[in-house]
Amino acid sequence: MKVYRTIRTAMKALRRNPMRALLTTLGIMIGVAAVIAMMEIGAGSSAAVQKSISSMGANVVLVMPGTATSSGISFGSGSVTTLTPDDAQAILRECPAVRTAAPAVRARTQVVCGNRNWVPSSMYGTTPAFLDVRDWTVVDGDSFTERDVLNANKVCLLGQTLVRELFDGASPIGKEIRVKNVAFRVVGVLGPKGANMMGMDQDDILLAPWTTIKYRVTGSTLQSANQSAAAAASSTVNTLSNLYPGGQAGLYPQQSEVQAADTPLPVRFANVDQVLVTARSAPEIPAAISQMTALLHERHHIRPGESDDFTIRDMTEMSNTLSSTTKLMTNLLLCVAMISLVVGGVGIMNIMLVSVTERTREIGLRMSVGARARDILRQFLVEAVVLCLVGGAVGILLGHGGSTLVRMLLHWPVQTSPTAIAASVVVSAAVGILFGYYPAWKASRLDPIEALRYE
Amino acid sequence: MEFIELHNVYKTYYIGDIDVPVLKGVSLTVARGEMVALMGASGSGKSTLMNILGCLDHPTSGEYWLEGREISRLTADQRAMVRNRQLGFVFQNFNLLPRTSALENVAMPLTYTSDLSDREARHRAREVLVRVGLQDRLDHEPSQLSGGQQQRVAIARALVNHPPLLFADEPTGNLDSHTSEDILRMFKQLNESDGITIIMVTHDAEVARHARRTIHIHDGVIVNGEQTHNPEAGPVGTALGSGDTV
Repeated sequence: MKVYRTIRTAMKALRRNPMRALLTTLGIMIGVAAVIAMMEIGAGSSAAVQKSISSMGANVVLVMPGTATSSGISFGSGSVTTLTPDDAQAILRECPAVRTAAPAVRARTQVVCGNRNWVPSSMYGTTPAFLDVRDWTVVDGDSFTERDVLNANKVCLLGQTLVRELFDGASPIGKEIRVKNVAFRVVGVLGPKGANMMGMDQDDILLAPWTTIKYRVTGSTLQSANQSAAAAASSTVNTLSNLYPGGQAGLYPQQSEVQAADTPLPVRFANVDQVLVTARSAPEIPAAISQMTALLHERHHIRPGESDDFTIRDMTEMSNTLSSTTKLMTNLLLCVAMISLVVGGVGIMNIMLVSVTERTREIGLRMSVGARARDILRQFLVEAVVLCLVGGAVGILLGHGGSTLVRMLLHWPVQTSPTAIAASVVVSAAVGILFGYYPAWKASRLDPIEALRYE
Repeated sequence: MEFIELHNVYKTYYIGDIDVPVLKGVSLTVARGEMVALMGASGSGKSTLMNILGCLDHPTSGEYWLEGREISRLTADQRAMVRNRQLGFVFQNFNLLPRTSALENVAMPLTYTSDLSDREARHRAREVLVRVGLQDRLDHEPSQLSGGQQQRVAIARALVNHPPLLFADEPTGNLDSHTSEDILRMFKQLNESDGITIIMVTHDAEVARHARRTIHIHDGVIVNGEQTHNPEAGPVGTALGSGDTV
């Protein structure tokens, strides 16, 4: 007996009592619809949560210079000066799991504007990619450009706190501020971010090209922004005047400040304080880390067995928390879904048992015209599976429609999940087989003589 | 070897510890093309005999040969195959599938024979329905048909596999006398023109009169003279015309 013929026989039998078939499959329908809607809404909100966490830098990997050690004395993290902007470029170029890489130099100094002044908690010299890494937008004006970075142009972006403190909330675009007596033109204002997870104000920030901060503000080519090291650095390049004379006598005739500023010496080597890297996605973070490690080993000529001159840190804790929360949520939803499907399956079994009893004569008749026990078994099993699959299909449509409605009316984020759909089909077929087997087996075990005589 | 041979068939039901013997050594021969009525009071064992002849049940002991094949030792699946290919059943209460058209009711047994395409099956079902005179009722459901028409659909269903042997269990029990005549005439016609062997179970002597031979069964043994055998005597083939004739 061919399979399609069995299916057709089952369809005919179901069509003889469409109302009952509908009610029977309602359980599965609602179950599957609930699964699909839950999964889609769940996936949508989990993606939304992931997105908002990644805006805080969940995919961010930090490359820091390592520790310099001299005669057993460690100088602490960031005390070697081997991490260069070229490393950042190489990471971006050669590590496939890396989406963006931005070198950063840090400074901490006073910012002056007119009669106001402020010391921003963070002052970064970086590239425009920094905004991408931190998922930061410029709400007013524009970001500085790669050309600004190359030319060490004196332009900067201000965070909201700085705008409030220095400009009283007025637009600072095109205005001039002075950082350690270097005049910067404000080209843009960063969007508000609020406090980070440590409670630190993220808007208290000034961003400028790293070349500008490095060469014009901190004025050191071979020094890090390590506080103790930076304290000694005072060979200030200043375009206005040397306000704080304190330089030592040089070996060579000193250039005038104007000369020095106009003809910056070609810099062969510059170190940065950190490189901010984003992986393409959270699962690719380990790959990004191993690729960067291999690349930096090669670039820094670190032989196997030697200690690294850099450290790489990621936000493992944050992403772990995120993934465990998501997993918990998904599992909870899955439990609810399973329960509703089992309830639906019990409904199917119940009605199939009634149906077998009711159709005892039909079973007897089919046996008397030559149906074997396994033909009967197959017929009732296929009936149950067809019921479940049809219910599942309708359930998928209902669930998808429901989640679409939720998206349109409540504006909840929703994500279509092909896995959930595939799983629903498989699960409803499995429920059909599982709960349809017993009634079908019972039908196939009937004695044709008894069945024919059944009233 | 005759068409049907029953040798010394016993059937005993075991209900708890009590043995209930129903058939006590039945031997019987039916030639191809006969029309036989099987008569007996209720509890006489005629239904049991019918079930054994119809391959729905197997005897406790004894042999049943159908077209030269020993049936009583076949497995359930093999018996299902015999029922499908060689036997047709007509029941007292028609046993049609409700809410299913006459055509599909008739084609139903063909779903258990895999060597016919759907189109062939429908074609064949239509052919038999035409033969029982229901060419204009093909798409009617049982509830839209009269009792006689329903029984004719049932006959068509029994004939759809072209079986050589037809069983009718009280075929006119639910019909009025006029329709009964029609149905019985149809049986006779099938028997005479198509050579189908018909075994008809009935308790109505009027009905049995249509058969050319009547077998009376009483208390598990065949009682009318030439059909009752000593278990040691062996089967006796009986020519047409024995028993009651029309």
